[in-house]
Amino acid sequence: MSSPILFVIVGKNEPLFEAELDTHPGAQGNDLSTRQNYFVLHSALDLVEKSAWTTTNMYLRVVDKVNHQQVSTFITAGNVKFMLLHGGKGEEVIKSFFNDVYGYYVKVRCIPSLRMLLSLRSKELTNLLACDNIAVNESIL
Amino acid sequence: MNRTTSNILDRPLGRSGGRSSEGSVVSLSAFAYIYSELVQYHQSRAASISELERRLESAGYGVGLKVLEMVAYRAKETKRETRLMSILHFVSSSVWKSLFGKSADSLERSIDHADEFMIVDYEPITSTFVSVPSDLGQLSADAYLSGIIAGVLDGAGFTARVTAHSVKVEEGEVSGAAGGGGVFTVPGMPPRKDKAVFLVKFSPEVLSRDAALER
Repeated sequence: MSSPILFVIVGKNEPLFEAELDTHPGAQGNDLSTRQNYFVLHSALDLVEKSAWTTTNMYLRVVDKVNHQQVSTFITAGNVKFMLLHGGKGEEVIKSFFNDVYGYYVKVRCIPSLRMLLSLRSKELTNLLACDNIAVNESIL
Repeated sequence: MNRTTSNILDRPLGRSGGRSSEGSVVSLSAFAYIYSELVQYHQSRAASISELERRLESAGYGVGLKVLEMVAYRAKETKRETRLMSILHFVSSSVWKSLFGKSADSLERSIDHADEFMIVDYEPITSTFVSVPSDLGQLSADAYLSGIIAGVLDGAGFTARVTAHSVKVEEGEVSGAAGGGGVFTVPGMPPRKDKAVFLVKFSPEVLSRDAALER
């Protein structure tokens, strides 16, 4: 059984974007495990904050390990955190995934009518990330 | 006629516009017109000088947040600034270069206060074509720029209060500093009598965090 992948973009105070991807489209991740995943990801935020100030790198690698899952993080210059909860393989793929997302994020960020704290509920962004997620997913799991 | 609408996320971000590259360059007069309209818009809605200044600053704040992400992304280094001095250098050189085509003329640290720094620009474009009437006193039209600086610093995690001041240029002070300082000298206009000084005052937690990182 492979673990689902959870991707969250966290702004200064709240999540800006969330996407969950399951390996088997048919299998329904039950509610409990979903919530547990979210909890794990958000509790890793403290560790992210702590390590954010110790390095100037944007890619923070694996920040937290829970059971068989790992949390990897990428921080932008504006302290926006991209966090990925995953099974634990394929570091290069994750790095390139984060770089792609970074590019999309900067483009969306520059839209003048988008206020800072609004969720990035862009249909296109979601679709693009879903495609990216699938590619990442296939190589990780 | 069929036109394929390109997804905004697929379009390239555009190259960082220098004067010589093909990046998008906006004419100074176009900016001056838009900026004067912006100032007039806020002036008609503000009840006092400080409110006008606050409005201009908050107008620039959003720009600062976006500029931070853009400039960092274009640098393509996947590195961010975590120290006070490095973020100040980032602002006075990279951000200034991408906005105005040149670095800020100087970055100074205040002697009296450990948490105050000054960024000096001899020809800020926001006040080149603006004259402040005497009844508005100490207002500086560069409040927009101080909003941009504050946005950049705040976005990077260094909360600061940034204010713009017009300081008289001393006799003999070189305003055409090396490095293209005279880029915005408008031909036919007399040299400016004041320079803009942006006073950056960091909040205490920023300083204590930076001191902790020092060790």
